[in-house]
Amino acid sequence: MPIHEKHLIRPENLVRNDKLAIEGVDVSGDWSTFIQTRVITDYNEAMQEEIAALPGGEFIHRCWQCGSCTNSCTVNMLNPDFNPRYWIYLIRLGMEQELLRDKDIIWQCVSCNKCTYACPRDVVPEGVMKATAHWLELKGYVPEKPSMIFDDVFSEQVFAKGKIEEGRLMRKFFVRTQQKLAQPWLIVMVKGLVSRLPVTLLMRLGLAGVVHPRTRNWGRTRDAINEYVGEQNAKHRGALGLPAQSTESHS
Amino acid sequence: MTEKYRKVAYYPGCALEGTGHAYNRSTKEVGKALGLELVELENWNCCGAMEVKNVDPKLQTFLSARNLKIAEDMGFDTVMAPCNGCYHNLKKAEYDLSHDAGSRETVAKLAAKSGDQPYEAGNVETIHALEWIRDAIGTDELRKRVKNSLNGLKIANYYGCMYTRPRHIFPEKDKGPGSESTGKPHFMDDLLAAAGAVNVEFPLKTACCGGAHTLSDSDTSTRLVLNILTTAEACGAEVIATECPTCHSGLEMHQIRAEKVLGKKTNVKILYFTQLLGMALGLSARKVGVNENFSESRDLLKAKGLG
Ligand code: SF4
Ligand code: SF4
Repeated sequence: MPIHEKHLIRPENLVRNDKLAIEGVDVSGDWSTFIQTRVITDYNEAMQEEIAALPGGEFIHRCWQCGSCTNSCTVNMLNPDFNPRYWIYLIRLGMEQELLRDKDIIWQCVSCNKCTYACPRDVVPEGVMKATAHWLELKGYVPEKPSMIFDDVFSEQVFAKGKIEEGRLMRKFFVRTQQKLAQPWLIVMVKGLVSRLPVTLLMRLGLAGVVHPRTRNWGRTRDAINEYVGEQNAKHRGALGLPAQSTESHS
Repeated sequence: MTEKYRKVAYYPGCALEGTGHAYNRSTKEVGKALGLELVELENWNCCGAMEVKNVDPKLQTFLSARNLKIAEDMGFDTVMAPCNGCYHNLKKAEYDLSHDAGSRETVAKLAAKSGDQPYEAGNVETIHALEWIRDAIGTDELRKRVKNSLNGLKIANYYGCMYTRPRHIFPEKDKGPGSESTGKPHFMDDLLAAAGAVNVEFPLKTACCGGAHTLSDSDTSTRLVLNILTTAEACGAEVIATECPTCHSGLEMHQIRAEKVLGKKTNVKILYFTQLLGMALGLSARKVGVNENFSESRDLLKAKGLG
C-alpha cells in the first residue's frame, strides 16, 4: 500500500542549506531543499487487529485507500485534518505515533455515515472512527472525550430505566463535563419557549422531572444488560492486552 | 396505497415524549384528520439511539428488537416510528438480525435472561411517518383532503442522515420510480407539494446537522446547522420542513446559538412536516403544537393565512 503521504512532509523534516556546494556545484538555498530520511522502528504490528477487535472496526482490513470516505466526510469539510482514509492507512501500517498526533480530533466524527454510504469496500469507516476513539480511550492516550461521556451518561440511563428523560440527561451530562447548565444561549431559548407554552404543558414538563419516564418490569433486563456490558468490556480490554478491570470508575 | 398501513403500531420513542413533543402531537393529529389509526406500543423502551450503538451495536439491536417483539405480540406486522433515530435503529436491528448470526445470538441470550422471547427477523416491518402517510393515503387523495392550501409557501425539505444512511439497512429504497431515493429523498417533498407548498431545490437534504454532538461539541454542530440554514435561505426557502425530532431541535437550538455565539442571524423558520400538513388539513397552529417550537413562525404562518 505505498501511498505517498503529504502529511509526512512536515516543516521540521525539511532541510535547506543557505550555503552549500556539492562537487563544485553551488546548490545554496532552494536547490538544496530535501526531506530528511525517516527511520521508523516503533510500529505497532497489532494495531489493525486491536481496532478490528472493537465494535465498528471489524472491516478495516477491506480498505483499499480510495479516499471516498474523506472526500464525503462532514467533519473534513470543517477541518481538513480530520481524515478517515489517512487514519485507516496509519492503523493498517501500525504507525501508532503518527495517529496519536490526531488523537484529540478523532472523537469528533458526527456519525453521519456519509463515508459508509460512499465506501466501495464496505469498510464502514464510521464504525472504524468509533472503534479508534474507543481504542484511544482504552489505551489511556486521551481522557474520556465529551461525546463519550454523553454516550455513557445516556446509556447508563437507558440501561437503568429503559427510557431517556432529556432534562435529566442534560443535567447529568453538564455535571460530568463540568459545564454550567446555564449556558447563555440555552437561557435565551428556554425563556422564549416558556413565554409561549400553555401552562398545562409546562406543568406536564415539570412533572416529568418528578415522575421519571421508565419502562415497567425492567429489572431483569437491566441486570442482563449490565452483565453483558461487563463481559464485553473485559473482552475488549483483553484484545488490547489490558487488565480486565478498569481502575477508574465514572458512576 | 397500502391498506394495511391504515392501522399500525406506533413507536414514539423518548425524544417525542420530551423535546419532540410537538412532533408527537402533530403526527397524531394528522393521523386522526386522515382517518388513520395509531396504537402505541405497550411498555416500550428506548431504541438504543446512537449512544448505545457507540457503546455496543449488538446491545442497541437488542433494545430495538425488544420493541419489534412488542409490536408482534400486540398483533401488528407494521410499526411506525416518526423519529429518524428510532426508525433507523429498528431498521438496523431488522437488518442485523437477518444477516448476522452474532447479533441473533446476543439478542437471544439477553432476551432469555430478561425472561422474554426474542424477536425474529421478518415478522414486523418498520416504516417512517413519511412512508405511513404517503402509502396509506397517497398524494392524490391528500390533495383532495387539503382544506387550507400551503399556498405556495416556499419549503426546503430536510431529511438528515438517519433516514437514508447507511443504505443497506433500507432495502426497499432506491428501487426505481415510486420508491424512496437515498441520494435525493422526495417523500416529504411529494406530501408537501400535494398540500400546496412550493419545494425549493435544496442541495443539503441529507446533510448532517451534527445532532450526534449537539451538546458535546456544540461549535461543530452550530457550524453545520448554520450552513444548512444559510443554504436554505439562499435557495429561497421561507421554511425548513423537518421529519426528525433530533434534527428539528438541533436546527432550532443552533439557529439561536449561531446568533448568540457567532453573531450570525438567519430568518428561515423550522417546522415539522406534520405541522405543515396538519395546518393544510385545516387544523389550527396550536393544535399541531406550533407554539411549542423554539423557532417563532407564527407571524409568517399568519401572513400566509395558515393556522
Ligand atoms: S472509502 Fe472505504 S475503501 Fe475508500 S479509503 Fe475510505 S474506507 Fe478505504
Ligand atoms: S461518519 Fe464520521 S467519518 Fe464518516 S463522514 Fe461522517 S463525520 Fe466523517
